Amino acid sequence: MTVSRDNSLAVYRGIKAAGVKSISALPETWLVYLLQLAEDDPDMHLIEVAKEEEAIGIAAGAYMAGEPHILLMQNHGFLAAINGIVSLAMSYRIPLCMLIALRGHWGEPYPWHTQGGIHTEPVLRALGIPFEYARDPAKVGLQISQAVTFAKSSLSPVALLLDRELMED
Amino acid sequence: MKRSDCIKALYPELQDRLVVTIMGACAQELYDLGDRDNFFYLQHAMGLASSIGLGLATSLPKQKIVVLDGDGSVLMNLGTLATLARYRPPNLTHIIFDNGSLLSTGGFASHTTSGITDLAAIARGAGCPNVFSADNSYQFLEACAEAFDSHQMSTIVAKVEAVGPDHFGMDIALPENAFRLKRYLKSIKN
Repeated sequence: MTVSRDNSLAVYRGIKAAGVKSISALPETWLVYLLQLAEDDPDMHLIEVAKEEEAIGIAAGAYMAGEPHILLMQNHGFLAAINGIVSLAMSYRIPLCMLIALRGHWGEPYPWHTQGGIHTEPVLRALGIPFEYARDPAKVGLQISQAVTFAKSSLSPVALLLDRELMED
Repeated sequence: MKRSDCIKALYPELQDRLVVTIMGACAQELYDLGDRDNFFYLQHAMGLASSIGLGLATSLPKQKIVVLDGDGSVLMNLGTLATLARYRPPNLTHIIFDNGSLLSTGGFASHTTSGITDLAAIARGAGCPNVFSADNSYQFLEACAEAFDSHQMSTIVAKVEAVGPDHFGMDIALPENAFRLKRYLKSIKN
């Protein structure tokens, strides 16, 4: 299994088409091409963080500055960022558009990813965070623009789960 | 040195800067001097004030941003110092009031008590440029002046007493604070 370069490009095109101007991210395998595209894009602010909770703060700053922003992280990073999501984003009604690499789910060969994969959806539900799965490269662009729109109108975190079907060849 | 005296001395310089504070005493002391539309009080989410500052500074290169942080908050998010060092926005001044105490959450000793942990050394080790340590008001104001005049990111670690205000209460709802800063930034058209 390798990370899909073509589908990463489809995701990045979706990010651009949604008008996003800045990205905060913690690098991980499935996001490698996406991050390269962001790095090579002179019109994109990319901030790579040391731990995902920082990205919630950065996203809040970008939101108040009026800059359309998305967060790229792995699902384990989402789990690590929950206090920031609850205590900052939800408490202050800061929209977050999170693109989350859903590791540890259907087809996962690595044991260490599985518990995070199993618990990501229940945690999203418990937190009342609206989410969708992104599996089809032909649809992911629309899903991203809808996620950006919905986060902004609902002043809420929303999550698009980047599935194995989309991110691996 | 008291944090409230530092903030009071700094207050005239904060009129046109975007200010992000941490929770509790620090927020209250700034608020009591006179609330402003360009102030954002992070009343929880300890550790993220500097991340908000980084987001603002990156998105708004023409604005000057001041983060009023604390030792307890920074210790909860030490990674932020490395992220700040990597991107080092020149329009950001990171002031860490180090009272060696988790004052606003019960007054427990923090890891910086008795000088065990040196936040300025950690910031330098993380790669932050222009790191100042201030043990008295003169050093603090001198460091602030130097930081504001420089065109580089600066970090000031100010040793202060573990004392806070005798009251808490701010007439601003949390979402209102975010909406207000967003509206302020829109109105001044960066």
